[in-house]
Amino acid sequence: MSGHSHGRSAMEPVGLTRALDTVGAWVLALLWFLPLIYAVWTAFHPTEFAARFDLTAPLTLKNFADAWAAAPFARYFLNTVLLVTMILAAQLVLVTLAGYAFARFEFFGREVLFALVLVQLMVMPDVLIVENYQTLRRLGLIDTLLGIGLPYMASAFGIFLLRQTFKTVPRELDEAARVEGCGFLKMLWLVYVPLARPVYIAYGLVSISYHWNNFLWPLIVTNSVTTRPLTVGLSIFAAVDQGIDWAIICAATLLTSGPLLIAFLLFQRQFVQSFIRAGIR
Amino acid sequence: MTRLSANIHGWLLLLPAAALLALFTHYPTLATVWQSFRSTPKGSRPSVFIGLDNYEAMLEDPIFLKSIVNNLVYAAGTIPTSIALAMLMAVWVNQNLAGRGFLRMAYFTPTVLPMIAVANIWLFFYTPDYGLIDQVLKLFGRGGFNWLGTKETALWCIIVMTIWKEAGFFMIFYLAALQQIPPSLAEAAALEGASRWYYFRRVVFPLLMPTTLFVLINAVINSFRLIDHVLAITRGGPDNATTLLLFHLWEVAFKFWDTGYGAALTVVLLALLASLALGQYFYFDRRVHYR
Repeated sequence: MSGHSHGRSAMEPVGLTRALDTVGAWVLALLWFLPLIYAVWTAFHPTEFAARFDLTAPLTLKNFADAWAAAPFARYFLNTVLLVTMILAAQLVLVTLAGYAFARFEFFGREVLFALVLVQLMVMPDVLIVENYQTLRRLGLIDTLLGIGLPYMASAFGIFLLRQTFKTVPRELDEAARVEGCGFLKMLWLVYVPLARPVYIAYGLVSISYHWNNFLWPLIVTNSVTTRPLTVGLSIFAAVDQGIDWAIICAATLLTSGPLLIAFLLFQRQFVQSFIRAGIR
Repeated sequence: MTRLSANIHGWLLLLPAAALLALFTHYPTLATVWQSFRSTPKGSRPSVFIGLDNYEAMLEDPIFLKSIVNNLVYAAGTIPTSIALAMLMAVWVNQNLAGRGFLRMAYFTPTVLPMIAVANIWLFFYTPDYGLIDQVLKLFGRGGFNWLGTKETALWCIIVMTIWKEAGFFMIFYLAALQQIPPSLAEAAALEGASRWYYFRRVVFPLLMPTTLFVLINAVINSFRLIDHVLAITRGGPDNATTLLLFHLWEVAFKFWDTGYGAALTVVLLALLASLALGQYFYFDRRVHYR
């Protein structure tokens, strides 16, 4: 992920120190990987091998089949995919329009409104659960996917990110497009949006992984199979199933985080860079 | 563009986002403050103004005080260790060590997993007798200890798990910062014959300071904002040993449906988060300039 391919830098250790560094780094990495290796091991072996590491243990997919049959995971998957897609789509539209307004339009009250937008960075929806629940109740949106998504759709973070990006677009491009007879929405679509592509990708990845993993708010808002996302479904599955069969729980756990994990392993570089871009703002 | 059209267009573009922000950020913030001065409606008795009663009740609520202490222990237990580990990981990954790609992936992967999934896996480690930690301890003739069921250890179980989940996330910010350090500094240090530790302490560490502040503030905010693992593993127990502030708020508001007191607790949490964010804005943004 280094932007420049760097050779060995001047203060990099050599000889014994370097060997010690390598050993240390690997020990920590294996320690860090252990819980995952354990989960994979347990999920792919019969229950009796849950904590017995025996290389001759037979491999099986039965745990996944059992987990899949024991709870409506297919429905949970659908709910999560719908939820994440809906939130991201709404975010992209709202954030683009608002970011464009803040970057390029001199309207009355702009600075005050921008400050009001940034309030959301400290007063996060994650914390306003009591009042937002009341609002959803009044709107009749308890136990709906729309209800889970609504508080997150206008994202201050996204508006901030795009405002910064749009501000770097050279004014000359604006002028040129206007001379060509472009309206301001067409200009947004043809000039600004394409130039902000990397920012959209970064924002999209962060948003997807945040909402795929989000738990507390969906837990509060949902109470039926048709709305529960994977995280809530998984927690109910693991808690209700008192006969605690670890192999099946591990299988369910991998199942629910699988798509995101695979996506991460495939697009590691983009993921890491997106998080950095999103974090450093 | 005329002033009028700039005004109309600007406002129209902003309208959808502004409406949602007003409905789900500004209104609930004000409503929370207002509700915190009112009683919880019960049956036929509507909500009435009760002044500071909810806040007085807070001072006499042992679970609230406990949750504050727990949250501070949790923050102090997770943050310095995660940050130190993150720095170490970044320094290692930034070198040309064998298997660098694997190292980076191993450190970062826990970050991508849902907290609920992570909690399920770790729950098993901590299970008495049957769990992984006890199995290992048994080899040494010990074990049979209920890590999550014991008041003194339960919160630390959560802390260890959180460190595991967060360190890799902070690592990437350090990695980005390390790659911004000009190689000429290392060359100069090498010419001067500086030791590696000296170079780290006097050159690298100070240059990483902006990143450390950034990570620190975000880590503190996260420690007050995330309770997924508490919900999944201990549900605040045993005997409120793992009750964090937001968890207490959740219990009050959504288990006991005491919305008035829940609002007062929310105000405390919001005040904490807002002061952190403002601190970040005034202290941190002034002194630090990212390229």
